[in-house]
Amino acid sequence: MAASTSIIVNGKTFDSMSDPSTPLLFVLRNELHLKAPKFGCGLGQCGSCMVLIDGRTVYSCQIPIQSVAGKEITTLEGLPGEEQKLHAVQEAFIECSALQCGYCTNGMIMASIALLDHNPSPTDEEIKSGLQGNLCRCGAHARVIKAVRRASEILANQ
Amino acid sequence: MTDRRSFLKNVGCLVVGIPLLNACGDVIASVPMQDQLPGSLRRDASIDSWIEILDNNKIRVFTGKIELGQGITTVIRQVAAEELNATLEQVEVITSDTERTPNEGYTAGSGSVKGSAMAVRYAAAAAHKKLLEMASDQSGISKEKLHLKEGVVSDEHKTYQGTMIDLLQGRRWETEVRIPVPLKSPDAYQYVGKAMARADHQKIVRGEPFFVHDLEFSDMLHARVIRPPSYEAVLESVANDTDQPEVDIVRDGSFVAVVGENEYEVVRAATRLSSSTRWTSPRDLSDFNSLKQDLPEMVDKTESVERHGEPVTEGTRFSGSFYKPYIMHGSIGPACGIALFDAGKFTIWTHSQGVFPFRSALASMLEVEQEDVHVIGLPGAGCFGHNCSDDAAADAAIIARKYPGRHVRVQWSRVEEHQWEALGCAMRMDVEATLGADNKIRAWSAEVYSDSHSTRPNSDAGTLLTARYLEHSTALQGRGYLGGGHRNAKPYYDVSTLDIKAHFYRGPLRVSSLRSLGAYANIFAIESIMDEMAHARSIDPFTFRINHLQDERAINVLKKLQAMIGDLKRDNREGVGISFSRYKNTDAYCAVGVHLKVHEQGEVSLIKMWAALDAGEVMNPDGLINQTEGGMIQAASWTLREEVVFDKNHITSSHWGSYPIFRYQDIPEIEVALVRPPQVSPLGGGEAATPPTPAAITNAIFRATGYRVYDLPVDPKKLQS
Repeated sequence: MAASTSIIVNGKTFDSMSDPSTPLLFVLRNELHLKAPKFGCGLGQCGSCMVLIDGRTVYSCQIPIQSVAGKEITTLEGLPGEEQKLHAVQEAFIECSALQCGYCTNGMIMASIALLDHNPSPTDEEIKSGLQGNLCRCGAHARVIKAVRRASEILANQ
Repeated sequence: MTDRRSFLKNVGCLVVGIPLLNACGDVIASVPMQDQLPGSLRRDASIDSWIEILDNNKIRVFTGKIELGQGITTVIRQVAAEELNATLEQVEVITSDTERTPNEGYTAGSGSVKGSAMAVRYAAAAAHKKLLEMASDQSGISKEKLHLKEGVVSDEHKTYQGTMIDLLQGRRWETEVRIPVPLKSPDAYQYVGKAMARADHQKIVRGEPFFVHDLEFSDMLHARVIRPPSYEAVLESVANDTDQPEVDIVRDGSFVAVVGENEYEVVRAATRLSSSTRWTSPRDLSDFNSLKQDLPEMVDKTESVERHGEPVTEGTRFSGSFYKPYIMHGSIGPACGIALFDAGKFTIWTHSQGVFPFRSALASMLEVEQEDVHVIGLPGAGCFGHNCSDDAAADAAIIARKYPGRHVRVQWSRVEEHQWEALGCAMRMDVEATLGADNKIRAWSAEVYSDSHSTRPNSDAGTLLTARYLEHSTALQGRGYLGGGHRNAKPYYDVSTLDIKAHFYRGPLRVSSLRSLGAYANIFAIESIMDEMAHARSIDPFTFRINHLQDERAINVLKKLQAMIGDLKRDNREGVGISFSRYKNTDAYCAVGVHLKVHEQGEVSLIKMWAALDAGEVMNPDGLINQTEGGMIQAASWTLREEVVFDKNHITSSHWGSYPIFRYQDIPEIEVALVRPPQVSPLGGGEAATPPTPAAITNAIFRATGYRVYDLPVDPKKLQS
């Protein structure tokens, strides 16, 4: 076993004893017990495992911990917001019932946040393109698009 | 909770007669007599099986159904709170657990509202009545002058007040639900029929542990199964991975798994081991490469589904041979199961759609008594039918047997899920309609070729994939449910001469139930021919259908859809298509409209989809609309993108790259309207939009290009201008 790898998750430093080639997803779920990022494909195709690294979306199933050492990793659990208060995107997902089973929701929310950070008032086409890397099988897409529009409004009024 | 279950078993037939009450309090009204109990009460009528009052005076409701994103827990909570005049916060819902909840079979077939929510409604109403009777006995006040609100029974002036828990004094209800049951009047509903946010959404958007996949135990071992290169391969040898001290290999016949404490080490070891594992030569599947053409020769059983009327000689014949390929459930979360074997008993955590039937299959595979297997259902990703949840949990049980006292978690990979799931089977539908000079359909015949539509777990261990590879292996015994193949093969339209035949074949791939079973394929064929006839006679497609319908509710959804679509402007190579079905010919009515564009290179862009749906009584309208939107998007993805392909060994559609499904850029604008007639029973709506979607798309393609699609998925090459 190699020496520990130091990663910063939701503002806290964590030393993982796992092999440095271990994908971030396994460390988040099994060592940090952060269950929001989901195992969906392990191939970087579906987006269920998405996290933000330095503000950009990353498939955590694809990235080994050694390559994210020292970077700011944010999971759904670590979204900015006071205790019990939701991020505007989370609020909008609830308001629009923008999910069915919820398995892909982690990725949808993370991708929406990254999109809105970059483009605060996206068109529908821009929303679709921003979420193109996330799969949903229940068919909640139209509601997610609506939720992103709603989140954009909430953020504009904050 | 074993005590509760064994108590339930011993209740026997303690029946308290329930006389019909007239108006009772402010919101209770008498209801029409029904001749039998609704839904799952027919299996289990004891109130104790459904409703428990907790020490804090809250209400615990039990359902044998599982939450799969369809929102059933929210509906159950609404219904229970309604009938017991409680707040939503007072009600908690316990789902699918073989030692706690009633046995409601599978969570399938759009049956959760009809089966479970209706059972809870009647059980809660019977409990309400019992509480008033007990309060009346205790207070001497007549029960007509008492009412229940938020867990307290009182009279008008509150001279008497009794909480539910005080009235019961720790006793069980010890009463069976007997009709007639005084139900709350729908006019007084606070929750039912109103759009209700799902309580589980809070947890999900916060990323809290929610799915069986998120369950963790401190002593938990991780495991991966090494799958054979084909269905019928037999293991010859597996390398002894001695340089990997941190993982074990578990072998039982042709079942091989890698087990260890660190999940990623297990994944890596499984990948390595997989390449050095030797299997016998598999069966060659290349004989099945032109299925549509070959299906008639593969038939081993034919059934006449319905036949009546005189032979018709006059009229114009419209016919077509339609085909639907193998398609996948394609759950976003691959299957996961956790098992613990301790002191001779198994505890299993699973996202199975039927914890009781699964327990029976598992006990049979493990050769133990059912009482020694406790199955706990937890949410999984949307499954849309029989997927791999049961298999993953069965894998975990086999491995757990070797590690007594430790929890074993099996997580399937994406490739496993794609290659080993039980698919929706390939189907061919040969349809012919005879249209009279008066534009009335005289005769209709259909020959449907189908494999099984359910090989779900039951007492046959072979229904579990795991069991087929063990040292003491069990092959799948039966064919499963064949009736699903001709679901909706009979048109809902007026036809005096009818001949519907179903031909069953055994195909090369593993199959089982997928959303709406054969209805998706059969309605695709029927509604394509309907469009063909309407077009040939230059009759508006709404009018042509309405001319062949008597049922006002069917006509109303078509009229509603027509109003929604309105007078649409269409550009070159754009088309609008419609389609209609009444699911199972007995359930929800749904009309779907599609506006699309076919590009020069043949790709199809959906611009807008509409649905008008009458699913009878609706508990949570937003939940039903969500399901309907999802059903249309999913079926549109099947229609335009999806086909499972295989080579001589096995399925080669092994991930989202080789089996693409809709992504955001494929998603049209979508609009759903509910048609809600007063005073009707719930019909179940989760699958209603699936069958009409494909023909709405292909009819729109026909209107845009003049090209009639017979084979799914739509092939853009054939649509090039």
